[in-house]
Amino acid sequence: MIKLENISFDHCIKCTVCTIYCPVARATHHFPGPKQSGPDTERLRIKNPNLLDESLKYCTNCKRCEIACPSNVKIADIIQSSKWKYFKKRFRLRDYFLARTDLMGSAATLVSPIVNFFTGLYPVKLALDIFFKIPSKRTFPKYAQGTFRRWYKKQHTAQTAYKRRVVYFHGCYVNYNNHQLGKDVIRVLNAMNIGVILPKEKCCGVPLIANGYITKARKNARYNIASLRGELEMESGEKIVTASSSCAFALKYEYPNLIELDNSAIFNDLEYITRYIYTRFEQGDIPAMKPIPMRVAYHSPCHLERMGGVPYTIEVLKKIPGLDLHILHSECCGIAGTYGFKKEYYNVSQKIGDELFGRIERVQPDYVISDCETCKWQIEMSTPYKVLHPVTVLAMSLAQH
Amino acid sequence: MNRIETDVIVIGGGATGAGTLRDLSLRGIRAVLIEKNDIASGTTGRNHGLLHSGTRYAVNDLESARECISENRILKKIARHCIEDTGGLFVTLPEDDPSYHSKLIEHCKYAGIPCEEISVSEALRIEPNLNASALAALRVPDGTIDPFRLTAANILDAQEHGAKIFTHSYVTEILKEGTSVTGVRCFSTDSRDTFEIYAPMIVNAAGVWGQRLCELAGIELKMFPSKGSMVIIDYRINNVVVNRCRIPSDGDIIVPGDTVSLIGTTSRKIPYDRIDELTVDEDEIETLLENGEKLIPNVSKTRVLRAYSGVRPLIAVSGQLDGRDISRGIVLIDHERRDGLSGLVTIAGGKLMTYRLMAKMATDLVCKKLGVRKKCATHRLPLPGSEQKIFSSRRVQKFTGIPNSIVGSTFYRHGERVSQILSSDRRNYGLVCECEMVTEGEIEYALKNLNVKNLVDLRRRTRIGMGPCQGGLCAYRAAGLFPRYNAASSVESNRMLKDFLEERWKGIKPILWGDALRETEFIYWIYEGLFGLGDINFSDMEGEEHA
Repeated sequence: MIKLENISFDHCIKCTVCTIYCPVARATHHFPGPKQSGPDTERLRIKNPNLLDESLKYCTNCKRCEIACPSNVKIADIIQSSKWKYFKKRFRLRDYFLARTDLMGSAATLVSPIVNFFTGLYPVKLALDIFFKIPSKRTFPKYAQGTFRRWYKKQHTAQTAYKRRVVYFHGCYVNYNNHQLGKDVIRVLNAMNIGVILPKEKCCGVPLIANGYITKARKNARYNIASLRGELEMESGEKIVTASSSCAFALKYEYPNLIELDNSAIFNDLEYITRYIYTRFEQGDIPAMKPIPMRVAYHSPCHLERMGGVPYTIEVLKKIPGLDLHILHSECCGIAGTYGFKKEYYNVSQKIGDELFGRIERVQPDYVISDCETCKWQIEMSTPYKVLHPVTVLAMSLAQH
Repeated sequence: MNRIETDVIVIGGGATGAGTLRDLSLRGIRAVLIEKNDIASGTTGRNHGLLHSGTRYAVNDLESARECISENRILKKIARHCIEDTGGLFVTLPEDDPSYHSKLIEHCKYAGIPCEEISVSEALRIEPNLNASALAALRVPDGTIDPFRLTAANILDAQEHGAKIFTHSYVTEILKEGTSVTGVRCFSTDSRDTFEIYAPMIVNAAGVWGQRLCELAGIELKMFPSKGSMVIIDYRINNVVVNRCRIPSDGDIIVPGDTVSLIGTTSRKIPYDRIDELTVDEDEIETLLENGEKLIPNVSKTRVLRAYSGVRPLIAVSGQLDGRDISRGIVLIDHERRDGLSGLVTIAGGKLMTYRLMAKMATDLVCKKLGVRKKCATHRLPLPGSEQKIFSSRRVQKFTGIPNSIVGSTFYRHGERVSQILSSDRRNYGLVCECEMVTEGEIEYALKNLNVKNLVDLRRRTRIGMGPCQGGLCAYRAAGLFPRYNAASSVESNRMLKDFLEERWKGIKPILWGDALRETEFIYWIYEGLFGLGDINFSDMEGEEHA
């Protein structure tokens, strides 16, 4: 049945502005652009699902088309759902593991030095390239030793002592790869007299959705919605925050729009962290900060753009004394989560990013700042610059240690 | 003045005329067809494209119902690429008379129409968008038929068997010698030439316009024009033909047609002098949408693309009946017997569904008069494009690299001829119309093979400009291709562009609200604001071009 909530394609007036803003269409002629792949061919797929084009697979789900659309057509959602509705399900070991960030994470963190050593070796990369079609040129994110949650266990009692508390959805990246970001979140929020509570959580579902594991994504989503709501009430937390822009986007928008789950139980309470910090700042809750004289270039991730979250990050960064902030023209970095880890898309992925890499080069910053972990991997791999999370920069400027 | 001699002149390029031309050519008779506009531009192209099972006529008109089911079976064999065997439903809504349901089943039995009673839940499984409050449902072998493709395929086959065709040419005079008709004098609005065609037999297949033709011959034929209006919905809200199970009345059928759905139809008497300027009335649209929504509730939330109307070619045999009640039976008139005028035959009445039967009847009579003994073969020879039973686009290696949406859509429109249209050259499969997946190669093929004189003709052959933007984004690209393939000069192609947009505008005007209004604003902005099309004075430019 054609669900009425999914007929936004009907509003498309064919102005084609989405295709102008599509980073993939700009990088490769194999992708005919969001208008053609979304609203145009959706009419054909309703008529006959066999009219499905392989080129749909090139879509990175960056959502820039949806931002550009003057008719409020959910273009990327149409393409994403067509992918898993109409393509024949085909098991690929690579996609299975790429999609399961939590499974990979919990295994790798047990023996992280070995994993990190081996994934850095060229012969291993070559083998992955040949057998799994993971491009050998791609650098892998390093795994941390142990999990962030284990570290947090000892902090829990201290955190519950704060009167004002937030529930913090840390995401897989903080748990398995970058404990420091989680610690920074806690430090910054603690400096503002806010306690941080960790809920029970599963992968937000972004890599699952991208690789077509929708049933599993729904299962995780249901778990997360219930767990976050429960934790919020039990700990009487003020908000649910997350420092990963893609996790935030999934929890807030992909759940209801793409995998069609009711997330109204958490929708209004969930914020990307800089927006929460910004509102606290607005109420005068600004921690003591020391100047950090750094030249930084800020790159805004696509999904944060789509959420309208970029201005909050910028405003928060502006509050840091001494920071020489250069805001880069909004461009997609090209990695799109697991997309850049697939051999068939690697070249497209890098070509999309070229524009951004050039712009970073022209600023010659000390650091690049970005909210998204996968953007970080892409920029660190493709340029000589190190990427910091805005909250990490905030933590660096905190006066007390 | 050009002078052409042939065996038979067919006047009227609708389905009947095209079918007659094909039938004659297949029997080895030389024939020429004259059409005043474009093929399938009259009544043939202005209906809802339903491949009748006959069920709609079973109660009121058993004869028509029988003809329908028999032609339904034939067309499914000979015109595969013009037909979609979607199946059809007859649903009884709470406000409908429940006794009609059983009456219909009974009459279908008389007519020999396989009509199966199914549960409402089964009906909802077949067509999930159906109104869930339906009380009862019947399943019948309805389908959809594309009248443009059907007519074009008939013409194409006739031409490949030696027939000639003149579109955009109308008859100015019927030439007579004593009590027999010897030929016609024609004027071509395309080349602005006058020419004469001589033949011992003339078939009047001009449908509702046949009355005028008979006037030219000095005899009387009374047509009974009845207007039927339809609205087109932006996408396929149903994949199965949905009929209301009640005595046929306004807005009781929704037909999926290629990428869109159509709600049909109304029935209104109109005076004969209005048949060339049909307009859709506001209350007709209201009635259609209101009733359409009852069958499929999504209708209310969906963009209406356009509204149009056609005129039924009913012949007033006797009495003054309502357009819907009059028999849609076939009328074959031998004017030699009726009026003492030899050499002229009129085939009229009937429906799109029975075009082949009508063509056969006319051709049989012509053959008798000409003394030709060959039998009709149109019931078994497939139309060009429908030769093979199944075509799997995936199996054809030739099309690897061309997107499925393009191969599938081109195949859908041209059947087996797809192999003459698509090639792996990237310019060939570059899209011109992005809504309906019309490629440059398809346009080239149409310009060279399908008697296309202008953009409106091209639309009938390819579906260009029939999608949501109504030609806004593709019309100028297509116009640019006419000079490239030597089908028109650049000035002519600009004029075509303007005419095409005017023609599209005519169908959009009655439904100008919501998304269609936004779309139209956008198109207006492109062509007026950006191109300044309205300011071009074509008469000046043509002078320059000739000088």
